[in-house]
Amino acid sequence: MVKHRLQRNIQYGILVVLGLCFLLPLLWIILASFDPNAQQGIKAPDTWTLQNFKDVLTDSGNLRSFGVGLVLSGGQALLVVIVSVLAAYPLSRYEMRFKKSFLLSILFMTALPITAVMVPVFQMFLYLNLQNSIFATMLFLTSSSLPYGIWMMKNFMDSVPIDLEEAAWMDGASVWTGLRKVVAPLMLPGISTIAIFTFSGSWGNFFVPYILLQTPDKLPASVTIYQFFGSHGMVEYGRLAAFSLLYTMPSVVLYIFSQRYMSKGFSMGGATKG
Amino acid sequence: MTRKMPGAFLFLMPSVLLLLIFFIVPIFLTIGLAFTNMALTGAAAKSLEFVGFQNFVNMFHDPDFRISVWRTLIFLIFSAVIGQVLLGFILALLMKEKNVTFRRVIGIIVIAGWVTPEIVVAFCMVAFFSDNGSLNQILGWFGVSPISWLFSFPMVSVIIANIWHGTAFSMMVYQSALDDIPKEVEEAAIIDSATGFQIIRHITIPMVKGSIVTNMMLVTLQTLGVFTLVYTMTGGGPGTSTQTLPIFMYNQAFVNYQFGYGTAISLILLLIGIVASLFYMRSMKVKV
Repeated sequence: MVKHRLQRNIQYGILVVLGLCFLLPLLWIILASFDPNAQQGIKAPDTWTLQNFKDVLTDSGNLRSFGVGLVLSGGQALLVVIVSVLAAYPLSRYEMRFKKSFLLSILFMTALPITAVMVPVFQMFLYLNLQNSIFATMLFLTSSSLPYGIWMMKNFMDSVPIDLEEAAWMDGASVWTGLRKVVAPLMLPGISTIAIFTFSGSWGNFFVPYILLQTPDKLPASVTIYQFFGSHGMVEYGRLAAFSLLYTMPSVVLYIFSQRYMSKGFSMGGATKG
Repeated sequence: MTRKMPGAFLFLMPSVLLLLIFFIVPIFLTIGLAFTNMALTGAAAKSLEFVGFQNFVNMFHDPDFRISVWRTLIFLIFSAVIGQVLLGFILALLMKEKNVTFRRVIGIIVIAGWVTPEIVVAFCMVAFFSDNGSLNQILGWFGVSPISWLFSFPMVSVIIANIWHGTAFSMMVYQSALDDIPKEVEEAAIIDSATGFQIIRHITIPMVKGSIVTNMMLVTLQTLGVFTLVYTMTGGGPGTSTQTLPIFMYNQAFVNYQFGYGTAISLILLLIGIVASLFYMRSMKVKV
């Protein structure tokens, strides 16, 4: 038993060290955001201030970049949910000739790296005169997360029993009404999970808007932050830290929110259910 | 359920259209344009020509390409396979049956790095590794003189950054897999006086093998496409020292404006992705 306890203590020790390693960079950015003279090293501010946050939030360019991000990611999440609920319905409820190959293609697409198609997508946008269009960028982002959305949505829908719909049909409801009034409300947790995942993924995306959008007034916060530390020469660490934290907030809040919907921790996003 | 749905195609239409225009077409464009001399500047900008395998011939003779493949492999092996997959497993294993509050605190800290957007991760890490950054500060306590991490060890820096950002995913996958192992199995092994390592090797790992394989494929695929973190931390430099394939692709297409060549590199990335995806699907043994 002594040996066992020693082993346990060593395990706790390793975890504490690993935890500290993970904590350090995060702690730095939090402390720096409250520090009027933040530097690259980690230290508690001599005087604590909210000035950095005020500076970021009173700059109209920054606010606009948050707005653009909200439109891009919010629009994308909404589109993904609507389009994938529609697609998941026949896939989950009915027999279809190409169902199996369709689902396999969808699963295949979920795994492909989007990075690999960005050069031709840029070409396509240039050719179709879509570059620098927020709406077109939103449509591209929607398509890129659609395979995952459809796959998850179909799995969530499979777990909603069909009896309830059949009862609704008996009462004269159409297929469309059954989907809207019976199935969709019952799978609200699933829908929320997909919406949150899509939104967070897109909110954090830098590469796609960086390639497809050009003028400063159309850039979302992710690209604005990069320009902040890419071109300003003398980096104002405190302000940038505050900006970064404000930008990270939605991802954190949505993650916490999504945990309430995912009752059993994390299981490959339902993908293993098949 | 053998019924057919009238008008099912109407429900599928929006998805099919979107996927066709923004997913399938770009993939075919990748294949097509990779065999052209498309460029935005120079002589080739005027006339788009089919050049056969010329881009690929150039590519295999281009020392920069070979370097990029090498860098990508190092980045994959150390940040994905060894870093995230192994560290994630160790974390999940160590956290098993620990004090609930302690487990939660460690979990939250690790997950925080995962929830943080890549661009913010890059900013935190650039500061962390900078000359006056936290890492040198701490090493200073032990008498180590400051090291210019991003210049002297750029690959190590981006690898650590990617581990910091990505490990939580693997950790969570393994945690849920480990939770699914029935307690009785391990208890029986303990009664048979098996040691900790024996249990891990002969019981735990075989029982979560499926999760390990699937997770490994997913993490590898994800790491293959990492652009933002490396680009914003080092820009692929100094020189070409962190120029992984996505960065090389970006530089050829958007810095040198050699779109044909850039697309040929994309095609290589895409092919690796396709092969890995097929393995991933096989590993999941999906039934649809």
